[in-house]
Amino acid sequence: MARYAMVIDTTKCVGCMDCVVACKTENNVPEGFNRDWITYETIGKFPNLHMEIRSERCNHCDNPPCVYTCPTGASHISDIGGIVLVDYDKCIGCKACIAACPYDARFIHPDGYATKCTFCEHRVVQGLDPACVATCPTHCMYFGDLEDPNSEVSKLLQSRKYRVLNPESGTKPQVYYLI
Amino acid sequence: MEKFTRRKFLEISGATFAGAGLAFGGTKLIDNSLFSAEKTSGVVKIPSYCSICFWKCGLVAYVKDGKLWKLEGNPLDPLSKGRLCPRGNGGVGQHYDPDRLKAPLIRTSTRGKEEWKVSTWDEALTFTAKKLMEIKEKYGPQSIAVFSHGPGGAFLKHTFNAFGVKNFAAPSFAQCRGPREVAFELTFGEIVGSPERTDIENSKCFALIGTHLGENMHNSQVQEFAKAVERGATIIVVDPRFSIAASKAKYYLPIKPGTDTALLLAWINVLIEENLYDKDFVDKYTFGFEQLKEYVKPFTPEWAFVETGIEPDLIRETVRELARYKPASFVHPGRHVNWYGNDVQRLRAVAIINALLGNWNHKGAFFKPVKMNIPKYPYPPYPEVDYEVVYNPNNKYPFAGEDEGLTQGIRDATITGKPYPIKAWVVYGTNLIQTLPNQAETLKAIQNLDFLLVIDVIPSEISMWADVVLPEAIYLERYDELNVSPFKVPFVGIRQPVVPPPHDQREGWWIARELAKKLGLEHYFPWKHIEEYLRYRVEAAGLSYEQLKKDGIILGSSQPIYVEDGLQLEFSNTPTQKIELYSTQLAEKGLSPFPTYERPPEPPPGYFRLLFGRAPVHTFSMTQSNPILMDMINENEVWVNSDVANYLGLKNGVYVVLVNQDGVKSNKVKVRLTQRIRPDCVYMYHGFGHTSKLLKRAYLKGASDTQLITRYDIDPVMGGTGMNNNFVTFEKV
Repeated sequence: MARYAMVIDTTKCVGCMDCVVACKTENNVPEGFNRDWITYETIGKFPNLHMEIRSERCNHCDNPPCVYTCPTGASHISDIGGIVLVDYDKCIGCKACIAACPYDARFIHPDGYATKCTFCEHRVVQGLDPACVATCPTHCMYFGDLEDPNSEVSKLLQSRKYRVLNPESGTKPQVYYLI
Repeated sequence: MEKFTRRKFLEISGATFAGAGLAFGGTKLIDNSLFSAEKTSGVVKIPSYCSICFWKCGLVAYVKDGKLWKLEGNPLDPLSKGRLCPRGNGGVGQHYDPDRLKAPLIRTSTRGKEEWKVSTWDEALTFTAKKLMEIKEKYGPQSIAVFSHGPGGAFLKHTFNAFGVKNFAAPSFAQCRGPREVAFELTFGEIVGSPERTDIENSKCFALIGTHLGENMHNSQVQEFAKAVERGATIIVVDPRFSIAASKAKYYLPIKPGTDTALLLAWINVLIEENLYDKDFVDKYTFGFEQLKEYVKPFTPEWAFVETGIEPDLIRETVRELARYKPASFVHPGRHVNWYGNDVQRLRAVAIINALLGNWNHKGAFFKPVKMNIPKYPYPPYPEVDYEVVYNPNNKYPFAGEDEGLTQGIRDATITGKPYPIKAWVVYGTNLIQTLPNQAETLKAIQNLDFLLVIDVIPSEISMWADVVLPEAIYLERYDELNVSPFKVPFVGIRQPVVPPPHDQREGWWIARELAKKLGLEHYFPWKHIEEYLRYRVEAAGLSYEQLKKDGIILGSSQPIYVEDGLQLEFSNTPTQKIELYSTQLAEKGLSPFPTYERPPEPPPGYFRLLFGRAPVHTFSMTQSNPILMDMINENEVWVNSDVANYLGLKNGVYVVLVNQDGVKSNKVKVRLTQRIRPDCVYMYHGFGHTSKLLKRAYLKGASDTQLITRYDIDPVMGGTGMNNNFVTFEKV
């Protein structure tokens, strides 16, 4: 089975939020909410500064606490390359998943269910990249199958230095940041 | 500061909604088959081009069950290469914005206590035409001025040209790019132009001076910038603020604001003293090198250090890097460059460095833009009118632009009545209140008008002052002029409606044509629908109009754009037919033929220089009504160096009021403490701090830099308004 992952090159990202806007229109994300966001991390004293810019979202963890904590089975690991999804019909909006997620990736949709980034699985099944990846003007985002050693994401992780967010939480996140 | 009676924009919103509902059937004038999508289910894809900024990227709109779903870049488009910027993607929000103008409005009572009524188009246009004809009758066509920004104003300008108007202006010159275009034209005989002719994509080394690519989202440039970062190009960023671009740079030069010309002169000094310049190129193509060499002798890096605060060794090292990679290296000319009032001289220094690097029309530096040849429509000639333009009396600014005019020059004449009175303003697509420095002068000028017509898509501040407001359909709901931008390959793009306007808004071309009819100028519009016009031009170029509508873009065949692919260098547009290091044209006008450095004024004690720039998700003051983009950034903050803030007792996230050197106070604005800025200046995103109550999402969100820019220093060469010599201090709220 495929294992989908996202690889994001922080050295190219300019933090323009194009990924956030594209997600919003692609997925009709309601006003006041976003499924992805930008984090700027600056260290040092002016003018000797280093800044890392990251486009962040659900990490589609291999070991997802949101799935384990869900009382109804709405949150689940899907057959589509291990993407973590929510079955909105089963969700009761209890927010247990929100509390469990160390990435603060989820929110309650105004219609009452928990929602978050889906890696645009509706596009992925058509062979398209997620909307954020497809629009990024810096081409800093890559999407693909880590089970395929020839995929671009596999090659990038073989050749470049990278890290993941909150590795100490043991979630085995599947969004990788090239540094 | 002088107080002005603010015209009440009144409680029209309820009335507007009602009027709009009644008038909805009026939108039928958009004939066409594109909207069959309304009746069918499923997704229809329609190509067009963007207007969220003036880069004009090709887009593909996805219309689902008759409703606008999303926008993507058109893969055929050389500008977007299939990827829109965040504003471009967010264009959907402009269509759905509940606060947009919905129906024509006419002010009904006398100035000062006016009231408005929602009107029909016929009534609004008849009234407008009557007022304009009265003013023309009484004061002549010279008393009417048109401010128009962006491609949407093409047809309106046609109407007013036919009406005998010559006083046209756009803020793109005197408030934006003007000094750069003038400096490059004086030096190379060619402008930089938009889209910029910089070849960032192939560059091995480049310097950005205040240019904040990545925050300024001009699409192709950002795409190319990221490629340069990926390739490991040597990037040099000169900026008082640690910009996004600075974070990607090998060299960051935290320059003292206003001293850039000192740095540039020192770079020229080192290029010449260390024999780093391209000698063959300079010998063959330039004029005035020996004099330049003498002129720059005093401007050593040690001299520049005192002015700029940049270490002499760093000045040397960075220019050596530029020289090392020549001709695939360049200093970027920037875009918004009206900073200090001596900006042409600064941009001349930029042009001279590039000339010394021998990079003109070289790969990795400046390419030669090419353009599709699309014949013009054969309109009748405009009437002969015999008067001088109002904005540059006695040619005071010898290199003021003719196409784009001097906005503040029109304003001056409107205030003083000299050289002759201006009695009507027509304002299209530019929110003059948030664009021109010194709002008090703009409001004073407006008081002197007999008539102010505003055509806009949102209830901007300038529309609040209008006598008639005409609501235009947004770019996704209308046809417009073709896009034949000069770029790396020739191409033509079409703008066509992808959805109908939701209320009683109309397309700009229709407004221009109907107004012309009411002015008795119908013969200037031999076509009845813009599609006849567009088809004529496209077919006259030997292209298929149907193909253009279907694909959105037609590419021409590629032509040489660099010396590297066979282009011959020639400089036939300067008086010496060479690149003028020594500007014969400036000398002839009694201006310095070599770049002069003037030390900028210092802030008073306790004050900080106010700098402003772009948010990646907004364009000027035009997008703060857009629900999608406001979900990204919905107010601006004032960036303050955190060490300074500690002294001042300012806390992160608290609101303050900024007070400028003339006592003008801003709306309240949130403090952002950061190490990413020098201690002697503060920074804000431009475009926020709206005062139009009808912009419900944006009203009083953040502060307006323009409101605080009461001082402006005029460039003696071209009349641009330098806006960075304003200083602010903090007041608690």
